[in-house]
Parts: sequence; C-alpha cells; structure tokens
Amino acid sequence: MSCGKKAAAQIVLLITGITMLCFGVWRGEAATVLSKAIKLCLECVGIG
Amino acid sequence: MSRFRGWIQAGATLLTNLHLPNFLKGGLYQGTGKTVCVPGLNCYSCPAASGACPIGAFQAVVGSSKFSFSYYITGFLILLGVLLGRFICGFLCPFGWFQELLHKIPTKKLSTKRLKPLTYLKYAVLLVMVFLLPAFLVNDVGMGDPFFCKYLCPQGVLEGAIPLSLANSGIRAALGKLFTWKFSILLSVIALSVLFYRPFCKWLCPLGAFYALFNRVSLFQMKVDKNKCVSCGKCARACKMDVDVTKTPNHTECIRCGMCIRACPTKAVCFRYGFGDGKDKAKAAETLQTNNNNREE
Repeated sequence: MSCGKKAAAQIVLLITGITMLCFGVWRGEAATVLSKAIKLCLECVGIG
Repeated sequence: MSRFRGWIQAGATLLTNLHLPNFLKGGLYQGTGKTVCVPGLNCYSCPAASGACPIGAFQAVVGSSKFSFSYYITGFLILLGVLLGRFICGFLCPFGWFQELLHKIPTKKLSTKRLKPLTYLKYAVLLVMVFLLPAFLVNDVGMGDPFFCKYLCPQGVLEGAIPLSLANSGIRAALGKLFTWKFSILLSVIALSVLFYRPFCKWLCPLGAFYALFNRVSLFQMKVDKNKCVSCGKCARACKMDVDVTKTPNHTECIRCGMCIRACPTKAVCFRYGFGDGKDKAKAAETLQTNNNNREE
C-alpha cells in the first residue's frame, strides 16, 4: 500500500468510526450499554 | 516506552478498575461512566470496573430487542483500531497483563510457532460468538444471549464471579454449572499462560481479533530502517508473538510490545505514530543525503 493510499484509508476509517459512533449514540445505543453495564451480568459471572 | 510497559499496563488496569472499595462492598459501580467502553478486555461485572467492556457491550446491544447491530461500539472499535491498533493489547489490556504476569512464573516455556493456525480461531470467535449468534439466535421477544461472555470469556469469572461471590453470599449460592464450565476455562487459560505467552490473546480473544484487522492501517506503527538493519534475526527471535518485524512490521499478531526494539543491536526498529507510513519522508532524507554526498565528491 502506497503512503498516500494508506493515509487516505486512515482518514476514511477515522471518519467512518466517528460517524458510526455518533449515529449509535443518536439512536440510543449508549443508553442500552449503560443499562446493561450497571447491572450484574448473570451470563458473565456464570449464573443462568 | 517499551521499557516502562509493565508500569503502563499496571496503570491502565488501575484506570480501567478505579472503584476498588467495591470489592469489599460486593456491589458494582453504577455511574454514567459505564456508558463509555474501556479499550481492553475488562468485564463490566467487575466490582471496580469504571467503564463497559466493548465486547460485552456489543453483544448487549445486538442481543437487545431494539437493535440488531451496534454502530456505537463498532464505531468506537474502528476509531481505537485506527488510532492505536494492537498497541491496546500490548499496553492497555488488563487480561493481557494478567497472562503476562503468569508467564513470568519460572517454569519451562513452550513455543507457539508450530501452533500458528490457531491464531485464526479468534476471528471465528469474533464472527460467530460476538456478531452472529447474539444477533440471530434470539428468543420470542427478539433477545439474544451474549454467547462469548456466557460460554467463553474467562475475565467474567476472574473479575466478576470470584470477587463478588467472596463478598456476597447470595451470589455465591446462585453459582451453578455455567460457573463451573467458565471456571474450568479460566483455570485452563491460567495453566496455558504459564507455559505459553498470552495464549488467550493469540488464539481466542475477539477484541484482539478486531484490533488485528486494523494493525496495517493503524497510526501507531512499527518501522524498520533497512539501511541500519544487519539481518541478524535477533528481533524475530525476541518476538513472543512469533512475528518477524523486518518482513511484516505491521503484522496482525504484533502487539507493539517493543521486544524487537530492545533486541535490535543497531537500533533499526522503532515505533512511529502518524498518517501514511513515513516512506516519503525517509525517501526525501535519503535523496538529500545522496545529493550532499555527490556535492562533497
């Protein structure tokens, strides 16, 4: 991969990552993450 | 930087698990900080956890009745993958550090070079247990299980089940067959970590697999100066992740631990951070040097 192409790929991926992250927050995924993370995850600890 | 790696790993583990008094209380931190994911593999059911586990959070979103894909977590992981790549595995992951500490136990050590095909297993774990099963194997109300967390992740037992069951008799009484299964996985990983270097990271970790996909395009890179390299092979022999940095500096298995930098007798290997791969600058410097040499002659 040439230097220019690599830099372009890096910029495109950074923009993609930021856009996806913002879109996810906008549609309420962050609230789902918080509600799961503050409660004891039964599957994680081996109950269930 | 690689000289202080142990300290950086310890600091990252502490920052990832800031709420230490919760170990005594037997409860979890429940603040809004848990909306944000931590970069490494760290169970959010650890009493001290300051953030959410990215793999657990992804499965929680995908397995919920509202969503079938997580843009939030995927975007977060792409961002970290491009900014840092598997530097996160080498410097910031608490479970990676745990395995490294176990590997320091003085016993006979075994090489993983002949077990290279097993490194592809982690991509299957990522695809099947993290992406596909929680999204498509759902119950009547459209909710799926977090398959990786439930059946494979040893971090939930190490950081969650063990400390919580010690402090809370109710949780201790509720542990059953699933705990026994997961506890056996944890014991196996511990035993393997003493013999092999980072077996879970190499063969099973879906988070490492995701970051590995970005190692080639990550801003954090390994750089080998071909003019300084004397092809002695010391870097490849020093690498515990079985990478030859002179052939593939940004190999998917490279966790940027810097062992090759320390092993190189001519200082031909270094870290580089920035866009592109720095070849244009190197070429420009080389041309400048050649021109100067020509003028002197």
